[in-house]
Amino acid sequence: MKKIKIVETASFVPQKIVTNDDLSQIMDTSDEWIKTRTGIKQRHISIGENTSALCLHVAQKLLEKSGWEADSIDLILVATMSPDSYTPATAALVQGKLNARNALAFDISAACSGFIYGLKVAEKFLQQGSTKRIMLIGGEVLSKVIDWSDRTSAVLFGDGAAGVLLESQVTGDSDFLGASLHTFGEFGDKLEAGKTTAISSFPNLSEHHIKAFSMSGRDVYTFATHRVPESIVQAVKTAGLSLEEIDYFVLHQANSRIVKQIAKKLAQPLAKFPMNIAEYGNTSAASVPLLLDELIAQGKIKRGAKIALSGFGGGLTVGTQVIIY
Amino acid sequence: MTEQEIFEKVKGIVVEQLDVDAADVKMESDIKNDLEADSLDVFEIMNELEDDLDIKLEADENVKTIKDVVDYVKKEIDAK
Repeated sequence: MKKIKIVETASFVPQKIVTNDDLSQIMDTSDEWIKTRTGIKQRHISIGENTSALCLHVAQKLLEKSGWEADSIDLILVATMSPDSYTPATAALVQGKLNARNALAFDISAACSGFIYGLKVAEKFLQQGSTKRIMLIGGEVLSKVIDWSDRTSAVLFGDGAAGVLLESQVTGDSDFLGASLHTFGEFGDKLEAGKTTAISSFPNLSEHHIKAFSMSGRDVYTFATHRVPESIVQAVKTAGLSLEEIDYFVLHQANSRIVKQIAKKLAQPLAKFPMNIAEYGNTSAASVPLLLDELIAQGKIKRGAKIALSGFGGGLTVGTQVIIY
Repeated sequence: MTEQEIFEKVKGIVVEQLDVDAADVKMESDIKNDLEADSLDVFEIMNELEDDLDIKLEADENVKTIKDVVDYVKKEIDAK
C-alpha cells in the first residue's frame, strides 16, 4: 500500500480586517457578545477578489514553497461552499490560471467538512495508481453569501483559503492512518446557503431567487457536539491509535465553545485543540488547512506528529482524518 | 422520576455547565439572570438532559427559571 504525505501547506487571507466593533457600527451587536459566544474577535473580508482568486494565491504559494512545476500536478481539488459560479468549477479556474495543463480539476461541495472530504477523495486517487501529485485547497468568500441583516449568523464568518500538496510515496513515516466520514442529509435544511428555487411558471417567468445563508443554531450546535466526538473516536480507532496518542486535534473553527465542548466529551486536554477562530472567524472549508498551515509555520506540528483533522457542517456532514504529518 | 430527582439531575448539569456552586442553584433561580447562562449554555443544558433522560427538549421553550426546566422535563418524561 502506498503512503500519503502532506508535502506542503499554504494559506492566504484577504487584507481587509473587520473587527467586532466594526460590525457593531452596522448591526445591533457588540464585541463582548460575539467574543463570549463564539471566541471570534475579527475576520478577514475579501474586497473584489472571488473564491478562485483566493485559491490561486494559495496555489501559487504552494508551488513556490515546494518547487513543484504546475504541469507536474495530476489533480486539483477545491473544497468550497461559495464557488465563483455553478460552472466552471472553482478548481478549473485555478487550474487554468495556474496553467496546470496535466491536471484534472473539480470542486468538492461538503461545506465545512469539504477539506476532510477532499482528503478522502485525494487518498483514493493516490492509491489508484496513475495519480502522483494532488493540490487540495479549501477556499471561501462567505461574505458574498451571508445575510448581512441577520446578526445571529453574519458575525460568525470570514473569508480565506488554504491548501496542501499531497503525494504518494513508498517510504517515510508520513501517512493517512484512518478516517470516519458521515453525511446526514435528512438535516440538510438546518444549514443552507445559496438555495435556489425552480421557476414557478412558464412562459411567465418569475425572477430567479438565490437565498442567502441561514442556519438553525441549536441543531447545528447539537449536531457538532454529538457527531464530531463520535467521528473522532471512530477515526482514531480505525487508525489503530488511542486518543492519548494524538498530538493535536485540528478541528473546524466554527465556534470556540463547540471546540471546548468536544474536548470535554473526548476527555482530552484543551491544549491539544489549537484554535485561531479569534483572528479569522469561521472560514468553512478553509478553516482546517488554515489552522494546519499556521501550526506547521509556528513549529508546533512537526514531521512525525499524529494529527486528527476534523470538519463538520452543512449537509449536514462530518469527517475526521487521522494522519502522521 | 420525582420532581426532587429531576431537580437534582438538573442541578448537577447546571453546576457542571455553568461552573456555579450547587448551593446557588435553587428552584427559583433565574437561569440567565441569576446563574449568568447565555443561549449556548441553555443549548448544552438541554442537550445533556436529552442525552441522560432520553427525551426531546426544545431550547427555545419558555424556560426562565430552574423550576421551569424541571416542570418541562417532568412533562416530557410523563408523556413518554
